[in-house]
Amino acid sequence: MNPYLVPGLVVVVLITVGIGAYGLRFARTTSDFLVASRSVSPSWNAAAISGEYLSAASFLGVAGLVLRYGVDVLWYPVGFAAGYLALLLFVAAPLRRSGAFTLPDFCQVRLRSPMLRRLATVFVLFIGCLYLVPQLQGAGLTFTTVTGGRYEWGALLVGLVVTANVALGGMRAITFVQAFQYWLKLTALAVPVIFLIMQWQSDGRPAVTPPAGPVFSATTTVTFAEDATLTLPDGSHVRVAEGEVRTFAAGAVVPEVSSVDDRRGADWLLPGGDTTLFATYSLILATFLGTMGLPHVLVRFYTNPDGASARRTTLVVLALVGLFYLLPTLYGVLGRIYTPQLLMTGRTDAVVLLLPEAALGGGHLGQFLGALVTAGALAAFLSTSSGLLTSVAGVVFTDVLHADRGGSVRDFRLATVISATVPIALSIYVASMDVSRVVGLAFAVAASSFCPLLVLGIWWRGLTDVGAVAGILAGGGAAMGAVLLTVLGPPLSGWPAQLVGQPAAWTVPLAFLVMVVGSLVTKKRVPADIGATMLRLHAPESLRLNNL
Amino acid sequence: MNGAGNNEQRRVRVVLGEVAARRPPVDPARADLAEQTPVGEALVKGLVRAQLALALRLSLVVAAGLGALPLLFAVAPAVGRAKFLGVNLPWLLLGLLSFPFLVGVGWAYVRWAERNEQDFTAVINRPEA
Repeated sequence: MNPYLVPGLVVVVLITVGIGAYGLRFARTTSDFLVASRSVSPSWNAAAISGEYLSAASFLGVAGLVLRYGVDVLWYPVGFAAGYLALLLFVAAPLRRSGAFTLPDFCQVRLRSPMLRRLATVFVLFIGCLYLVPQLQGAGLTFTTVTGGRYEWGALLVGLVVTANVALGGMRAITFVQAFQYWLKLTALAVPVIFLIMQWQSDGRPAVTPPAGPVFSATTTVTFAEDATLTLPDGSHVRVAEGEVRTFAAGAVVPEVSSVDDRRGADWLLPGGDTTLFATYSLILATFLGTMGLPHVLVRFYTNPDGASARRTTLVVLALVGLFYLLPTLYGVLGRIYTPQLLMTGRTDAVVLLLPEAALGGGHLGQFLGALVTAGALAAFLSTSSGLLTSVAGVVFTDVLHADRGGSVRDFRLATVISATVPIALSIYVASMDVSRVVGLAFAVAASSFCPLLVLGIWWRGLTDVGAVAGILAGGGAAMGAVLLTVLGPPLSGWPAQLVGQPAAWTVPLAFLVMVVGSLVTKKRVPADIGATMLRLHAPESLRLNNL
Repeated sequence: MNGAGNNEQRRVRVVLGEVAARRPPVDPARADLAEQTPVGEALVKGLVRAQLALALRLSLVVAAGLGALPLLFAVAPAVGRAKFLGVNLPWLLLGLLSFPFLVGVGWAYVRWAERNEQDFTAVINRPEA
């Protein structure tokens, strides 16, 4: 076992707890925290938002998808970053000026409808749980890869640690902790990649796509997790049983495995291939428009002092997130050369963790860099799942337990445990799905429910509560059904598989359409104070109109 | 509390009435806004329309710049096969250049949106002729 690993992980946890404890001395209550963070500059605040946003899906999942599917999945990182541009263009400043802390709050401020608030609560809980699942999956996968233990134990372990942490208040959403996590994640990918590229140069720049297909760079032993058929380079087929171990020589072509879906040759290198235009555009819509509807993203906007600084913060977040997403692609591409055995085992999400030691050898440098990326992965799922669980538990606390009147810390802990149970159970059930795929589904639901609500609510006076409810039920409900069918239902094929697997391209327009038509039909229900609300959302704070 | 130390003496007592008294004097344009007169409504509608038009124009730029790429690759596969510095063009466009492009659009938006707000503030604060 890697000697740097345990010290590295302990340092991450100690620094996280240390900065948190240091920050807690100044911020003991929620309101203290909010006031304190208003003295934080946009760049610190932006690093904190990025630290919370860059999850296991970004840190592990994107590289794994690139390794497996190639150029078509580059839309994931582009979309994850572009989501912040959509947030900046349509939502950031007005949302901050609305004073809403969560999405249900926004429903209350804009449309004053308790019914809509309850519906929004349901969707926040669904999206929050769905987004927590891949974080725990990443944790389980990291645990398996690093210690060789069972996936379930890793997911359960990190799930319990995060739950205890949030319930005991050990990881409050403190700006400096999250900002530290961002820089740690960036360093953990950026430093090893320099050495990896140098190694690739000194190896004589081996081709990423050799004509015969990926080849093993060193003698490799592969253990098969399930029964499968191998297609050898000469076209012959070999059956392998579960648990069988095979050794391949350096330079041998990597056989195709029937139980693993991946792309070879031109399909990997060039756009198109198996991915239809519909699926690509669906993914683009979901990621571009889904970011604004994620529960833990919106909460952070309240820490900006005013609308203009919310905009500047979002711009810096876009830059920081974009900088980070330059790196996972390189890991996926180099993984094609140095860790092609992942294409046979299907555990492509582990490429970031395995690549440093695979490429640089088991010496001190390889082990040290391997420990560094593992520490970065730990930071990724600690920060995102703590932030998510805090915001989901907050919604359970106020909108489900109705604890706002005399709510105690005990109620909040109960809320935390309730919100953590479902995702932990699900993460064990859907172990085989790609981390980034599950995240993509969460984005699709957010894009078909909260994106139309926010965009129309902020920019269109004519939106009514009935229209909003109908739109969320139609678009969001359809996306939610598609997700449940994908995760729990039987495998589909052909067009139904496309419509259900990547639903955003039809559910987002459906949600907008139903919301607009529903509002036009119920014109009389437009709130009487819509003029005042629009003024509050859009007028700069410097006018101090609210004081008049 | 008196004479308890320098720290105590430097504290400023905030009284709600004093804050209210410090508010700027009410002028007609502000009153129009606050009281939802037709003039005020028109001013706010103008601002909302300007900001929305800006956001839509820039999203059109992104839709044309990035959103058209899958279609382009599908219609003209030769573009997807083209190489620049030994790297296939789609990898370069999506993996590298898309991020500075998005930041550039965001930067332009922040600049222009703030200018729209300054124009709005200038109209409200201009001295009545």
